[in-house]
Amino acid sequence: MIARGTLALLMTAAIAVPLAGCGEKAQTSGQSSVKKSDAKAWEGAPNDPYAVGGWKAGDKDSWETQMKTRAQQGQNEYNRSAAAPADAKPQ
Amino acid sequence: MARMKFLCDAERCIECNGCVTACKAEHDVPWGVNRRRVVTLNDGVPGERSISVACMHCSDAPCMAVCPVDCFYRTDEGVVLHDKDICIGCGYCSYACPFGAPQFPTNGTFGLRGKMDKCTFCAGGPEANGSDAENEKYGRNRLAEGKLPACAEMCSTKALLGGDGDVVSDIFRTRVLQRGKGSEVWGWGTAYGKPTGAKS
Repeated sequence: MIARGTLALLMTAAIAVPLAGCGEKAQTSGQSSVKKSDAKAWEGAPNDPYAVGGWKAGDKDSWETQMKTRAQQGQNEYNRSAAAPADAKPQ
Repeated sequence: MARMKFLCDAERCIECNGCVTACKAEHDVPWGVNRRRVVTLNDGVPGERSISVACMHCSDAPCMAVCPVDCFYRTDEGVVLHDKDICIGCGYCSYACPFGAPQFPTNGTFGLRGKMDKCTFCAGGPEANGSDAENEKYGRNRLAEGKLPACAEMCSTKALLGGDGDVVSDIFRTRVLQRGKGSEVWGWGTAYGKPTGAKS
């Protein structure tokens, strides 16, 4: 009886081991295929030495105000040269 | 807040490529990849015009529509970004984009096609804001630093405007109302006169 049980076990093992070699390997890259959620820009970058002042990280309104102020001050030369009359034609 | 947008004033662009250089330096963009470039129409002919072109962060972005692995996403500010961990570098987005924005690193002897790289509006990627991982894959996240894109902020003539679409429109509208139009504008006509034989 024991001999039959051992034989059955050996036969099962003898079949299972070669079949295991036919198994399919995982074809995923190992990296996440799910899109990561991105942090909001207005949340700021913690410990970033290059962050500018004038707004508060985590405060969406202050960040939006910062974006608008920075654009107007940095890119609108009519604001930067406020001394010129509004109706002056550039020379 | 409106959507983040770029606008290039062709009357002001002097093809200095300062925006291209600023982008390259700010994000350590590898050789062969140009997130931004300057395109000149009628080069060498009086009246030539140049514009600076990058990803336009389309509202209905074709790259997003065709991506087979759906690696793109849009931020609340309307910036189109992608996840390089998902991108498979197939190149479909470059066929779909009308501006040629998607770029592919061509390192290696046989020019292996790498993962797509494009303008991020200086908003980084899906990694933590300001992290080393974000900086390595996508470049600096200037928006999270309270700044605007480097290309627009570095533009010497302020031809390239970038930021909140409403503000950019206001700046451009003010400019056009001030300077006039046609030959009255700053730029070629003022600097070099009207083209020979041209009627005013």
